[in-house]
Order: sequence, then structure tokens, then C-alpha cells
Amino acid sequence: MVGLLLRRGAALLLTLVAASFLVFALTQFSPANVARETLGAYALPEQVHILSEKLHLQDPLVVRYVRWAEVLLGLRADPLDDPALGLHIHDPRGARYFGNFGYSTLFHEPVNDIIWSRLANTAVLAGIAFAVIVPLSMLLGILAGMRPGSRLDRVLSILSITMTSMPEYALGVILAAIFAVWLKVLPGTSPLAKGTGWPLASQFLLPVAVLALYDSGYVARMVRASMIEVLGKPYIRTALLKGLPRRRVILRHALRNAMITPFTVILLQINWLIGGVVVTETVFAYPGFGRMLLQASLFGDIALIEAATLVALFVAVVTQLLSDVGYWLLDPEARG
Amino acid sequence: MALLEIEDLRVEYRTLRGAVTALPGFSLTIGEGESVGLVGESGCGKTTLLMAMLRHLGPAGVITGGAIRFEGRDLAHASEADLAKVRGSRIAIVYQEPASALNPTMTIGAQLAEVPMQHQRLPRAAALARAAEVLADVHMPDPRAALSRYPHQLSGGQKQRVVIAMALLANPALLLLDEPTTGLDVTVEAAVIDLIGELRAKYRTALLYISHNLGLIARVADRVGVMYAGELVEEATAVEIFAAPRHPYTRGLLAAIPRPGASKETAALLPIPGTVPSLAHRPPGCGFAPRCAHFSPGLCDAGPVAMAGTEGHRVRCLRWAEVTAAPAPPSFHRAAPPTAALLESRDLCKIYRLPAGALKANDGLDFAALKGEVLAIVGESGSGKSTFARILTGLETATSGSLRFAGAEIANRTVHRRSAGEVAAIQMVFQNPDGTLNPSHAVGWALGRAVRKLGGLRDRAKIAARVEELLALVRLPASARHSRPRQLSGGQKQRIAIARAFAGQPEILVADEPVSALDVSVQAAVVNLLLAIQAERGSTMVLISHDLGLVRYLADHVVVMYLGRVMEAGPSAAIFAPPYHPYTEALLSAAPLPDPTHKPRRIRLEGEIPSPLNPPAGCRFASRCPRKLGTVCELTPPPLRETADGHLIFCHIPLERLRAVTPVFAPEMVEP
Repeated sequence: MVGLLLRRGAALLLTLVAASFLVFALTQFSPANVARETLGAYALPEQVHILSEKLHLQDPLVVRYVRWAEVLLGLRADPLDDPALGLHIHDPRGARYFGNFGYSTLFHEPVNDIIWSRLANTAVLAGIAFAVIVPLSMLLGILAGMRPGSRLDRVLSILSITMTSMPEYALGVILAAIFAVWLKVLPGTSPLAKGTGWPLASQFLLPVAVLALYDSGYVARMVRASMIEVLGKPYIRTALLKGLPRRRVILRHALRNAMITPFTVILLQINWLIGGVVVTETVFAYPGFGRMLLQASLFGDIALIEAATLVALFVAVVTQLLSDVGYWLLDPEARG
Repeated sequence: MALLEIEDLRVEYRTLRGAVTALPGFSLTIGEGESVGLVGESGCGKTTLLMAMLRHLGPAGVITGGAIRFEGRDLAHASEADLAKVRGSRIAIVYQEPASALNPTMTIGAQLAEVPMQHQRLPRAAALARAAEVLADVHMPDPRAALSRYPHQLSGGQKQRVVIAMALLANPALLLLDEPTTGLDVTVEAAVIDLIGELRAKYRTALLYISHNLGLIARVADRVGVMYAGELVEEATAVEIFAAPRHPYTRGLLAAIPRPGASKETAALLPIPGTVPSLAHRPPGCGFAPRCAHFSPGLCDAGPVAMAGTEGHRVRCLRWAEVTAAPAPPSFHRAAPPTAALLESRDLCKIYRLPAGALKANDGLDFAALKGEVLAIVGESGSGKSTFARILTGLETATSGSLRFAGAEIANRTVHRRSAGEVAAIQMVFQNPDGTLNPSHAVGWALGRAVRKLGGLRDRAKIAARVEELLALVRLPASARHSRPRQLSGGQKQRIAIARAFAGQPEILVADEPVSALDVSVQAAVVNLLLAIQAERGSTMVLISHDLGLVRYLADHVVVMYLGRVMEAGPSAAIFAPPYHPYTEALLSAAPLPDPTHKPRRIRLEGEIPSPLNPPAGCRFASRCPRKLGTVCELTPPPLRETADGHLIFCHIPLERLRAVTPVFAPEMVEP
């Protein structure tokens, strides 16, 4: 177990380094330019050129990447922080500290002042949605998989396919139309602000509902398929013909085996909930991570894109690690 | 007093196209403590019968008539609650594949303890203690420790011991055994069969064996029933059935397998033409009529045939009294005995470097195959037979040593580094024809591709002509080239696999268990086909098999391997008569023969085959050898002992003492 964690941990670190370099390289090919974005749209080409010189933007890619990594690790002061540039930007944490992602050109603030609050907002939304999706889809998938072809199974299949095939924005707009516009029982937007007249908790209901409805069907179908496969295995027959009641066979013999395959899929939902709920957050004006990433991309806010991508990647790699550990715990054969 | 009475049991499967009858009216009685065997090919309804007895037929299966009386209950109409009291408690099953019958994510202890917890309401700790006791009864090494293991940590034989322990935990009155040894090595099979016999004596359990293996049934059953198309067609004591079979189907089954000690020179195998009818197309009257040589129109197809015969030997045939024994089969003739060596292996070694150490899969193999002969390689799993086949066919290279084919060195060259001619010259037929044919292409496409690749033909018309020739070679109609693999029977698929191997005129055909996945009646046809093609083409066959009856029948020379080394090699007749290598002696003693009167000397190997990562330093077989002399066997590699007829034995025991044993097979069975 310790060996597994160490190996996976090392792989995690390597993945982060490789991916951060790729992201860094990609942003260099985008039309946005650090100097241009920092100075704003009305800066003269000469000013952009001078800043580029000062930031050494003509250096080779690898050299710039190493410099960027040194700033991130706190080994070097952020060049933009230099008062001599006259950019009037200032990080209260100082110019040199571990985890320095630089300045957001969109918000004119240090990236660290923006990204973590957005991430926290998204984590709350994702956490609630995850807590709804997992039990709901497991229950539906198991019930449907226990008796394939039964009325319950068909109803659940049709419902889950319908929900999954409906785009998130359509689902969001429909729910908002019903509950916010027509019934007027829920707020149509969720800016998480106090002054809207709606209690904070009520602002979560519609976004969570959209995410849960959209995603549960998909996960439930995975669980259903795995359940059907496991119930057809010879060891289930062994258990039944031992004289065990069906209930016990399902609880003791089928469930754990049926969870092995969908487990990875379930954990992948965390990645989607953190980095991929752009549409839902935008529809409900939710101040979350996905919407921030969208804004940063549209504006060409390179530092913010880099930071957000790294954070999303970190989440993805950690869930991967979790899924490996879970697999290791669920399947004795993986343990050798 | 009968323990179980099945009376006129009728089982149907409801499908989308209507109901089909699996068992039209099955009757069988099993007495207390009796051992009954049921034989029949796949599709004869054996498994349906077992599952009907425990009412586990799936959503489509329905019992539509008859009764299953067991201990005062009619299981055919019992409530679910009553069934749960019988299942696993009074009637238990030992399954065909122990690996899949055990839950991979639960410990052995947890799976075993469920039985006494459910049926005797024992608390968990007491149930585990009971499980350990029964594991000791089934001779599981270190039963306490085994409780906390998972199934994948046990060997195949150990898993089957666990499945047997699970079945015996509640001390059932009736034990159902569904092909309990299929897939196990012969020595493991013999140990499992002995174990079941021993436990039967101890617990007075009645047994119902279900198998397609006539040798196994002959060894274990007091009374034998033969099933065909869902009906019992013959029933008598085991001795009667094997000595004086009455039903043409039973006669056919016995003629299709090699009699004990028979070889291709002394007798031919007689296949049964045709296949088992599908459930939806049951012939009127006698179910076997379409395949029967004694079919009489107007009589056999007039209506349902009732059980007839005599008290104690019943048979479902209208003509049983008139039917005589099949005519004496023709023998196999060879123009001239083979002499020239085509394949020579000299000190061939294959070592796999694993993290845990060096695994010597093949260690110093020395033998030759003559042109036009059948060389059989026998040995248990882990003996290195398949590794040798992989080197020979060029899937891997040897680590050291030499393997010369027609004078050229091939041990160090994989297929990619062999010439097209060399690749076409060494071809393989695999055990499972289902896995070798691409299901999405017609047979003609697969054969055409082989003709292009191995035969080097380019012209479309020539390829088509060659494909037809190949189909004719394996006795299939030319129209078969349009069929997809799923439309063919197992025997037909194996014929296609053989045709594919012959696409490029092979000089060596490597046949890895070529018939073990096929039904008995089909096996004979494929064996005959292989022999005929081989005789016609003069090609050499390297046969890899654990079926000693088949090896005795087919092989000219035999090599016996154990843990990567050759133990014994020589002409087939010499291998099957003393002097024996102690390992061969044990293998022969373990082999089940279709003759219930044959009681071989009982030689059983103790323990498991040692890890090839850490083999014994001296003789590889020393740790399990029943005739071990002492430390010399453990420390010193055995000397080579050679007889006048070219029979080689690697053993510390002198030849005279090896010769001074009674044959495992009775002498009259060995001599023609």
C-alpha cells in the first residue's frame, strides 16, 4: 500500500510538471501576449515592446518556462512586481513566495486572490451535487440492474437517457423557467450574494438539480450494466444455491463486485464537477471556478488560465490516485 | 429406499419464438449413499436437469410437469422458503469451473462460513471453526491460513477442494457434481475423485456425477445413465454399460474414444455422424434416429419410444435386441516407418527473467521428431509444453540451446525473422476453435487469407480454388466458405482451423489439445481427420495433450515433461509399459479409463507442483516422487538410463528396479 502510494505520488508529480510545461507552451501560441494583456488594449506598440524586453519574452521557451516555474516555487521574484515597471500592481504576500501564480490581467489582482475563493464556491456546489449524484445513481442502477427488463428497469432507463441527452443549458433554462419564473419559489440566479432577497441555501438548489439530473442518469447506467454483468457470474449462482436468501446474495456477493467497474467512473465525476460545469455556472451566474476559467480564456488572461489549468489537473490526478487506492481496496486480486 | 425420485420431469424454456422442450419427460431414482453417473454430450440437457432439481432455471426455464421427490418434498412445486432449506443444506453442488464458482472479493473463510451460518444458525466464529475442519477433511494444506485467503491466491486443485468443502459443510444427503474435474490436471483430477470417494464413505452422501468424460464416469459411478436430447436412453450398472452397451448412442460413444491401450495401428475410432438435435427441432419418435445406423423408417420415427430392456438394464430403443456390435474397425496403415529426423532439439532452454527470479520454463530439452510421425509431449500444467510450442512456432525465442528444423536453426528466430517458407512449414492448431476464428468474417475469407499469406498465392481464382481444396481436405462442403464461425459447430470450426494450418503445406503441425474442447462423438472425427491428412501429406505432428488415452492412440513417440525438463522419452508402446519413470507411472495411474473393472494401482502425488522459480536442485520430480530414494534425488541430477528400444529415462532408480513393477495398465490392454 505504501509502495503504491509512493509510486503513484511520484507519477503525480511528474504528470504535473509535464502538463504545466504543455500548458505554458500552448499559451505562447495563443494570440494573447503577456506584455500586451498587462498593458491593456490602448498601449502603444513601443510600450509593449519595452515591457517585452524587460520581461525577457524573447528568450527561448524552455528558459521562460524555468523562470515561470521558479516564480511559482518562490525561488525568484515575479518580474511584474518590479515597481520600476510602473504597472502599479502589488501582491500583499510579497513578490517571492511559494505558489506565486502571478497577476491576473483580467481582474488586475494577484491570481491567488481570485482563484481560491472561486474554487471554494465550486467545491461547495460540486460537493453537494456529488453527495446527491452518487447515492441516487447507485440506488437507481442497482435497482434497475437487479431485474433487467422489469418495468422499474425500463422506466429508469428511459428517464436516465432522457436526462443525459438533454444539454445542461436546456435543463438549466427549463428548470429556471418552471421554478423561478412560473412558480417563483426559487431564485433564477445564484450569485451567492446576500442582497438578492433569497436565502443562500436556496441559491444552490437549481444548479445542484441540473448537475444531478444530468449526471445521475449516466452513472446509474454504468452501475446498472455492471450489476447485470455481476449477477450473471457463476459465483452468484453458487451463493444462491448455497441456500442464501436473494437479499443477502445481492448485498454480500453482488454489490462489492458490481462496484469495481463503476468506481473509477464515479470518481471521474469529481473532475467534471470541478472543471467542467462551465455551462451550469454561467447559466446561473454562479461565481465558480468553471465560469472564471471561461472568462479568463475569452480575455486571454494567461496567468489565470495557467493557474486554473494546473489546479484542475491537480484535482484530476488526485482523483486518479483515489481511484487506484479504491480499486486496490475493492479488488483483492489487484493486491496480489 | 430411494433418496431422490425424479418422475416424468418436463422442463421447457420460454423463448421469443415460443416454448422449446429441454426435458420431455425425465425419470431417475437415486438411492441413499448411491453414486450415479450421467453421461451425454453438450446440449443433451444434463445441466438443465441439475438446475431443475434445485429450481434454478433462470427467468425462461419452467417446470411444466412431473415431480422431483426428495426427503418428503416435491422440489418441483416447493415454495421458495422450502427450497432455501434444501439448497446448500440437503442438496449441494460441486461446480465445473472452481475459479469462477468462488466470489473473487470474499475470503475463502467468509464464503465457507456462510453455509453453517445460514443453515445451522451458527455464530460466525463457530462457523469459521467448522469451515476449517471441513477444509482439513478435503486435505487443504494449512486450513486455518486458507480461511483468510482469496480465491486467486489458490491453485486450481485447491479451489476445487474449497468448492467441495463448501458443498460438504452442511452434510448434504445428495451431492451433485457438474463436470467436477474438467480443466484440472490428471493427477489433480485423480486426487479430487479420490477425495470425493473418501468423503462419500465418511458421510454416506449420495452422488450424482454429470460428465461427458466416459473414463471419469466409469471410475466413479455405481450406476450410469446415458442422456441424449433430454431423455435417458440407457440405464444400467457401470460394469454393464461399459461391457455390454445396448443403445446405439452408447455404443457410438464408446466406439468414438480409444479403448484402453488401443493405438492407431490396432483400431480406428468411429465418430457418430451428425450432431445433437436442437431443442426446437426434436425428431418425432426416437431422438437419436437421424444419427442412428440402425434406424428403421416407420418404426423408429412413429412416436415416442418408451424405456424397454430388462430389469436393471433399461434402454430406450425399439431395436436393441436386434442391434449387433459395430463391425470391426479398419486399422491405420503406414507405408514405411519414419526414420529421418525433421526436428531436433538440443539442450534447449527458455528462461524468463522475472522480478522474483529466473524462471526456467524449458531446461535442457533434448529430443527429436521424425519426419511423418506423431510426437506427443505430455505433462501437467507448468511442465513447459506450451513454452516449447511457442519457441517451435516462433512466437518466442529460446534463451540458449538449439532447435533445428530440416537442418536450419530456428530457436533464435521469431516468426518475423523466419522465411515465409519456414513460417508456412510449421503451423499450429489450437485447443479452442472459437478463439481462433474471427467471428466477423466468413470462413472463406479466413482461409483465403491463410492461402495468400502461407501459400503465397495472389490470383483470386487460384485462391478460391485452393480454399475449396482445403475445405475438401477437411471433409467440409465447398459451400462452407460462406458460413460465419457462429453458424458452425465446434467440430466444424476445428476442421476450419486444421484447414487453415494446411493452407501452406506444413511439414510440422503443432496440435495443442486439438480435441479436448470438442464433444466425444466429434473428437473421433477430428482425430481421424488429423491422422488421414497427416498420412496423406507425410507431415509431422507435435501433439500436446494431457489425455493419455489419446496420446497412446495417436503418438509414435512420447516425451514426458515435468517442471521444464524431460523425465522420459521413447516409443509410445515403451512409455506405456514398464520400465516407467515414477512420474509417468503416477500419470498413468491417474488417467481415467472407460472401463469400470479396471482398478489401476493407486499412485497419488502429494502436494502441489513446486514453483518453477525455485525447482529442486537434483531431480525436478524429487519433492513429489513416491519412489524417492533419498537425498541423492534431491541433490544430484538423475542419470540417463536407456533401454535397447530407444527408451530414455532420467532417474536414480536402476532400470531393473523400474522394470520390476506391475504395469499400471493390465498387460492384455497394452499388447494389441
